[in-house]
Amino acid sequence: MTNPSDVPSWGNYPKAEPREVKTLVWRQDQPTWSVADAPVLAYGMGRSYGDVCLNNDGTILRTELLDHILFYDHQRGIIRVEAGMSIGALLELIVPRGWFVPVTPGTQFVTLGGAVANDIHGKNHHRVGTFGRHVRAFELVRSDGSATLCTPLDNTDLFAATIGGLGLTGLITWVEIQLLPITSRYIKSESVKARTLEESIEITQESDANWDYTVTWIDVTQTGRGLGKGIVQRGNFHDQHDMSLLEHTRGVTLSVPTIMPSWLLNNQSIILFNAAYYGKQRRRVVQRTVDYQPFFYPLDAIHHWNRLYGKRGMLQYQCMMPGGVDEGVHRGGRALLRMLKILQNAGAASFLAVIKLFGDLPSPGMMSFPRQGITLSLDMPYSERILRALSKCDAIVLEEGGRIYPAKDARMSASTFRAMYPEAEKFQAFIDPAFSSSFWRRVWTNEGKQP
Amino acid sequence: MSTTIETESEHAAGVSISRPELDLGGARHRVVIVGATSAIAQAWARSLDNSRTKYLLIARNEEHVKTVAADLLARGALGADIMVVDVRARDSHAEMVRVAQNVLISPTIVMIAHGVLPDQAELDTDVDATLDSFLTNAVSVISITQRFTLFMAEHGGGSIVVLSSVAGERSRKSIYAYGAAKSAISHFCAGLGARWEDKGVHVLVVKPGPVDTPMIAHRPRSFTTTTAAYVAKRINAAIKSKTTTIYVPWFWRYIMATIRVVPQKIFRKINI
Repeated sequence: MTNPSDVPSWGNYPKAEPREVKTLVWRQDQPTWSVADAPVLAYGMGRSYGDVCLNNDGTILRTELLDHILFYDHQRGIIRVEAGMSIGALLELIVPRGWFVPVTPGTQFVTLGGAVANDIHGKNHHRVGTFGRHVRAFELVRSDGSATLCTPLDNTDLFAATIGGLGLTGLITWVEIQLLPITSRYIKSESVKARTLEESIEITQESDANWDYTVTWIDVTQTGRGLGKGIVQRGNFHDQHDMSLLEHTRGVTLSVPTIMPSWLLNNQSIILFNAAYYGKQRRRVVQRTVDYQPFFYPLDAIHHWNRLYGKRGMLQYQCMMPGGVDEGVHRGGRALLRMLKILQNAGAASFLAVIKLFGDLPSPGMMSFPRQGITLSLDMPYSERILRALSKCDAIVLEEGGRIYPAKDARMSASTFRAMYPEAEKFQAFIDPAFSSSFWRRVWTNEGKQP
Repeated sequence: MSTTIETESEHAAGVSISRPELDLGGARHRVVIVGATSAIAQAWARSLDNSRTKYLLIARNEEHVKTVAADLLARGALGADIMVVDVRARDSHAEMVRVAQNVLISPTIVMIAHGVLPDQAELDTDVDATLDSFLTNAVSVISITQRFTLFMAEHGGGSIVVLSSVAGERSRKSIYAYGAAKSAISHFCAGLGARWEDKGVHVLVVKPGPVDTPMIAHRPRSFTTTTAAYVAKRINAAIKSKTTTIYVPWFWRYIMATIRVVPQKIFRKINI
């Protein structure tokens, strides 16, 4: 069992050593935080890749015991629950009653607090926007002793600042959300092969018209026209009422027991994986009916898969480039191609590269990441060469007027951040003076200095 | 995940009691938890089929026990009444049984889950603190357990689950006040169970090793540390099979059997 003082981020890079780790047990019992003490930051399940959930030399507040339900109206699908509850645990409770979370990321192991703080998005962004759009209320506890109810109508500034606010505005103690009604726990899904990046984007775009959930895995290890060929995965919840909400087949789960040697995931093995993954699907279109678990959370079946990256850890890069339908998207696609080539030349092979098209539904969050356009997300082992290549990619993203997702970032420069998030100027006024994170010190407070 | 617990309280010892099930809204399980805010108690309550369960939750802190009650109600519990009391007040113990009778008519399962893990270093030189911890961990447990046992013996029987610890199996200088209390309740409850089993009262003594809870928040975890959810699972199995003592996980039974026979001269030298 891991020690409670062990609070890494998912990418295991950068490393951080908090001065103190406190486990919060009851939401009513918050300690008083003073600006004179070490800075404080809440930590859910540590699924952020970079350093938004890290607080080197500071105090970490673990929230996983704050998992009580305050109120659950299962007729209307409204639930108010403490911020430490995970989406996975919430789903076990609500799916049998015919409800789902309105937005889910690629893992069920994130807390509701984390979902709000990063204003997460999912495969259905083009339909429903980010998580923040479905938040009816939350309570924010701050170092001045206040416990503020934030809703779209009350304390609206704090509401907007906290959604996507990276945990910097204070401690979120509970969150109330509107759930999504479902009649089945099964998804009708289709996987469609695409032969080039352009085709991948086109099919993704077509899919968005008829499918609620779309995401496209692409092979970034290919050279030539095949770079960016992929599999478009799309799905809708089954609408047949006769499909049981209660059946629950636990699939096989594996676990990576310890940090693996760094050579395990290397260029060759990743290239092989990509080829096998694409090749495994023989027909152009494959249809399946799957339980929600493997559809939304394929990687969750391998516990601690991040350990496959070894001690040096991994870098995760997610950017988005704005653009409306058609021309804008294809322009973004061309920029993507340039980035993928730069990364290839730097020897960065990725096995989890995905693209998606964001819709135009705005988020209430001030610092929210998604805008209408195309987003690319990929994982890479950590290396100096790759760091340099990513800086070049940053320049392309900036040129296109895009931005990088803080929840995944471990290395963007302060100047890049400021250029990508001009709203940070307004946001910083809402940061609680006793709260800070390694991320924020890196991109804002300590501009230029070491965190 | 929920578990159905079969109890045979209805058929015990020819005692016939009018069971106004309709008044209880069909509550198959009528559960009292003393120390309802403890991590193991919460995990156990969540593991039950709450749609058929009604609770009386007893704890020291009103805000905390209200949180637990609201959570169980949201999970479908038929009722969750609370009682706020400090177990060190002896006159509260009879009151607990009275309230339980009012609210649940006749409880089917009573869990005694309260306790404190004091800092032995502080207790080493503070006799009053030692006795105070013994009052909480041993005296109040004995008092409450015996009272509920006597009540249930006259009202159709049921199960009483007492949370003890492997720390009670052999005295160690790092934790002897806590260990003494646990030893006392293990001993007492085993005898109590033997005495009243023919009246349909099943007393289960639970002896976990370290469990990942706020009680040991400040201590490092080891490979022997288990989770509250796992302890809950083992408790449910033991209630079903009417086992009287369980070690959680199972290997503690054998570790403690060995530790108990190590000669004292040697044992005192080991730094545990």
